[in-house]
Amino acid sequence: MSIELIIGILNIVLISTTPLVFAGIGELVTEKSGILNLGLEGLMLVGAVTGFITLVLTGNYFYSLFLSITSGVILSGIFAFLVLNLMTNQIATGLALTIFGIGLSAMLGKKFAGTPIDGLNPYYFIVISFLLVFLVGYFLSKTKSGLIIRAVGENHNSAYALGYNVIKTRYLTIIFGGVMSSIAGYYISICYAPMWQEGMTAGRGWIALALVVFATWKPWRLLVGAYIFGGVAIMQMNLQAFGVELPGQFFNMMPYIATLIVLVFISSNKVRLKLSAPSCLNIPYEKNS
Amino acid sequence: MKKQSLVLVVIAAIVVIAGIFFITNQNIQKDVSDDQKKIGFIYIGPPGDHGWTYMHDVGRQYLEKELGDSVSTTYIENVPENADAVRSIRKLAESGHDLIFTTSFNYMDQTLEVASEFPDVKFEHATGFKRADNVSTYSARFYEGRTVIGHIAGKMTETNTIGYIVSFPIPEVIRGINAFYLAASKVNPDVKLKIIWVYSWYDPGKEADAANTLINQGADIIVQHTDSYAPCQAAEKAGVLAFGQASNQEAFCPNAHMTAIEDIWGPYYAAKAQAVVDGTWSSEDTWHGFKDGMVEMSPYNEKLLSSDLIAEAKAIEEGIENGTIHSFEGPIYNQAGELVVKEGEVADDGMLASMMFYVQGIDGEVPQ
Repeated sequence: MSIELIIGILNIVLISTTPLVFAGIGELVTEKSGILNLGLEGLMLVGAVTGFITLVLTGNYFYSLFLSITSGVILSGIFAFLVLNLMTNQIATGLALTIFGIGLSAMLGKKFAGTPIDGLNPYYFIVISFLLVFLVGYFLSKTKSGLIIRAVGENHNSAYALGYNVIKTRYLTIIFGGVMSSIAGYYISICYAPMWQEGMTAGRGWIALALVVFATWKPWRLLVGAYIFGGVAIMQMNLQAFGVELPGQFFNMMPYIATLIVLVFISSNKVRLKLSAPSCLNIPYEKNS
Repeated sequence: MKKQSLVLVVIAAIVVIAGIFFITNQNIQKDVSDDQKKIGFIYIGPPGDHGWTYMHDVGRQYLEKELGDSVSTTYIENVPENADAVRSIRKLAESGHDLIFTTSFNYMDQTLEVASEFPDVKFEHATGFKRADNVSTYSARFYEGRTVIGHIAGKMTETNTIGYIVSFPIPEVIRGINAFYLAASKVNPDVKLKIIWVYSWYDPGKEADAANTLINQGADIIVQHTDSYAPCQAAEKAGVLAFGQASNQEAFCPNAHMTAIEDIWGPYYAAKAQAVVDGTWSSEDTWHGFKDGMVEMSPYNEKLLSSDLIAEAKAIEEGIENGTIHSFEGPIYNQAGELVVKEGEVADDGMLASMMFYVQGIDGEVPQ
């Protein structure tokens, strides 16, 4: 193997893994505060389509990124309102958000499907994704706000008793997660495969969700996990092109199987389970209780 | 109370929005007069994919234009290739459709299942091989186009390495690989194929990854049998050459796109719909190529191809059309070195329809 070949492979791994890092790190923060948002796929698609449409109409990357992020704020804001104020079931609401996002993005993008655009250099986002993981890791473990988020996720009643605003904290983490998902979507439709086509995220939102569990809610493990998932996918393509026969379907299942194994592993030990998953994940919070 | 009124407002808003969407939805069924025939289509992807489904939708629009008021058409998009398809096909059959086109290979058993429940409704299944009294099958000889692009690729490659991105190991795809390789190796015996199976018809990100991987491994021409134009775009970005898939994709990769194999379904759809209107429809198997205009080549890119090469490509098209050239002319050997098509003969349709082996010279094995 020559050096150029290895650099080329690393290059492709970096480009294809970045959306998982963005969506995953956003969901990690959301889950740390005790909220499970299954709407990543929908948020990504809407982020992808709004960014794409704005770019086609204005030709301005800044506006398109801004509107893409705005779509994430609005949609995750609606999700936050439903699960926090109306106390709807988080799983059902998240699934609804995904289904809604798939339909909404298809409808919005219908007239724009197949419009050629100039893609953006992915390296800006790749660099930002690494910085982001580092910052989130620092924020969650070393800053007061980060510790408040974790306190809210571990025990919302105690956090409330200590004087922290549980609802407000969760609004912020949900919207952070939404923004990260829409950036992941934006990256896909503007940098990764510069185009808009219906359902083009092709399940990456679900892989990002699995990734958070795989990483046992730790930012640096999330980064490692994302690059394992992405790296294995690209390596198997390289091996195929070298003429090595591999069961491709198996590699498509790999992220989910790996996550299941981690789940079995962490739930086999009560202490380990307690240490990793936020205790209040997916438990509704009533302010006056 | 406050919470309840909020819920009510949210529900009311959802109902209003849903109502607006419903009214503006173009697929809403129109009132049809009794003598108007209703034609339904089941699509595997969105019509905006600029590939497979897009070309079926172009065919549907052609049908509507040709037959005018004597027919109305409906389509259901993004129908998965599983038990769900039964529901979608049945929905069309129940709502009074006279003719239903199911446009993907894996709707085969689902189409037959619904067809047995509705003997008066006619069905047309694309690329399949199981028929019934009210089920026809039709497909296009895309492999004829693969012969043309194989010839071009064999002449154009400088690294003698061609990257080939494929979806699933089914006969249609294997046939395409073989036809391509036979034509390419005929003009350039040193040519090597690097094949990547992505196990998806449609995942732009993964298709782009596969294209970049192949380019990284030295391929200077990218061929695809998947539905998005991401590979062609990746080729454009990396400065290598590519062929479009299913429709003319030159707009997305003007400096890479040499030509594309186009699927032309319109005339067939119009003819079958006309047969239903006239009451002359019968179950049959159709497999058309260049000759009947079901497969066409997109305009050859004059910026990339020399006029001599374009002339050669056109001569091959013509030869296939008038029968002097066949994509699978003997002698053809399989990978084990066994003679499968004898000298002076051509592969028959039976062998082509069930082709699950690579011809000699292709590296690797067909995935099981």
